[in-house]
Amino acid sequence: MIEFKSVSKLYPDGTRAVDDFSVIIPSRKTTVFVGSSGCGKTTLLRMINRMVDPTSGTIEIDSRDIAQTEPVRLRRSIGYVMQNSGLLPHRKVIDNVATVLLLTKVPKAEAYERALTLLDTVGLDRVLANRYPGELSGGQQQRVGVARGLAADPNILLMDEPFGAVDPIVRTELQAETMRLQRELDKTIVFVTHDIDEAFLLGDQVIILEKGARIAQKGTPEEILARPASDFVASFIGAERGKRRLTVSSGVQANGDDLVLVDAGGYAAGVIAAPDGKLATGNASPKSRSVSNKTSQAGDA
Amino acid sequence: MDLIIQGFAWIFTPAHWTTTVFGTGILDALTQHLILTGISLFFTILIAIPIGFYIGHTGRGRGIAIILSNVARALPTLGLLSVLILFIPDVAGIPSNYIPNIVVFVLLGIPALLAGAYAGLESVDRQTIDAARAVGMTEWQILQKVEIPLGAALIVGGLRATSLQLVSTVTISSLLGQVSLGSFISNGVATNDYPQMMAGAILVAALALIIDGLLAVVQRFVVPRGVSRGANDRRNTTARGRKAAAATQGTPITEGI
Ligand SMILES: Nc1ncnc2c1ncn2[C@@H]1O[C@H](COP(=O)(O)OP(=O)(O)OP(=O)(O)O)[C@@H](O)[C@H]1O
Ligand SMILES: [Mg+2]
Repeated sequence: MIEFKSVSKLYPDGTRAVDDFSVIIPSRKTTVFVGSSGCGKTTLLRMINRMVDPTSGTIEIDSRDIAQTEPVRLRRSIGYVMQNSGLLPHRKVIDNVATVLLLTKVPKAEAYERALTLLDTVGLDRVLANRYPGELSGGQQQRVGVARGLAADPNILLMDEPFGAVDPIVRTELQAETMRLQRELDKTIVFVTHDIDEAFLLGDQVIILEKGARIAQKGTPEEILARPASDFVASFIGAERGKRRLTVSSGVQANGDDLVLVDAGGYAAGVIAAPDGKLATGNASPKSRSVSNKTSQAGDA
Repeated sequence: MDLIIQGFAWIFTPAHWTTTVFGTGILDALTQHLILTGISLFFTILIAIPIGFYIGHTGRGRGIAIILSNVARALPTLGLLSVLILFIPDVAGIPSNYIPNIVVFVLLGIPALLAGAYAGLESVDRQTIDAARAVGMTEWQILQKVEIPLGAALIVGGLRATSLQLVSTVTISSLLGQVSLGSFISNGVATNDYPQMMAGAILVAALALIIDGLLAVVQRFVVPRGVSRGANDRRNTTARGRKAAAATQGTPITEGI
């Protein structure tokens, strides 16, 4: 469990990036910070591994103030994945993945063995182990970044817009992989994005932020969709524009018992099963969403 | 043209390798020249590398370094040498005038190496460094495992520029009595022995070319794999990379790798 207790961050140039932020991030769940550019997401995330120290307030991991932990040690115990992968260009994939293990004096053979296993974990072919990062595609680099983040088997994984720079198809794959990893490895994931769809897809808990990292709304995707707390939230999640309020199209007939759904603008948004003319109902819990994704993540970069 | 041929002829006269009219042969002078260059280079590295790494790693002190470097570059070498010889006493066991010579050469050698050292570190992608820190490298490990390898080409570029400068400047120490390859130039001038003078100039130029060539090889060698292949194309297109490359004298890493 990670707890922010009235945390503020004032940068030396006077920017108040985070203003009195308090939140509890539960263990073994995915919490997503989502908000528009400059609202303080990265700052929040980087305060968890002390890449940024708060100006006031405290952050606790499992009830221990992280200010008491030496930054280098803290960082080695927390996985960190960033947008541009941040791999060391002069080191082979295998060495990049093993970085933290070697820093913590794990014997070389053991570190490499574990690094190879991690390549499997993130769905990368072992033959890539001896390549340099510059010889990989963007999606592959991100996977290596995730493998490196997982190397020391941390309880916490911080991910800062990790899929912002890859194309939509690869992004969808990587999102599915992230959900699979979370299910299999049971990590506490703190994920930053400005893409509300990604936030709803990945988050068990979604925290919508306004400027200064003020919490506009916090809850499960279902709660937020069902009851946007403010006009800001409504417009941010697209409800206001009617993007998320779907109606059955009267014009188009789909295959079998399916009905075509359209949004308020009249654009096709999807189909829904309607056996015998009745709409199907689903279980809106994160569990069901993850399970349904398990079957659809066969693809690989 | 004739004079150049006569210069070569002088060099290829076997007797001149061991002794000349002034007693000092080419081998002797060459050895002295290399020793003086080597010692100067040693102290230059000792001073410029730590300061350069400090500036490059922390981003602090760059302004002061540039000002002091410019001052050092503007120093009139010979004038300073004459003054120092008056003020620095001889130390037992060290040849007379050795210390003032080295002090001047070190002062002269520092700017290029210093610039290479901090420009090399500054050329490293900030996000790479940030990532290294975020996974738990100490500052020392970041310097050692990330900044130095990735900045190595520019650092060696600085070393190359400094070495060239030292090899050629050590020549002037002969004007104040120190034996070096410059001795043939000053002796030649003093006695109107132009072939000997030309020989000295040729020898200095040849030595400079050889050292520069060797360091050019080293420079290629230190560029880490992975960076030399494609990855660094992206890196060098950043404004930061270009600026850093331009800041160093010596050949930037972009040359045919
Ligand atoms: N090192 C810094 N010095 C000064 N101001 C900073 C620094 N880092 C961030 N800021 C400012 O703090 C605010 C929050 O920045 P932050 O990077 O946390 O935003 P973000 O939500 O991650 O944005 P983005 O989605 O663009 O990544 C911004 O106004 C930014 O300009
Ligand atoms: Mg950010």
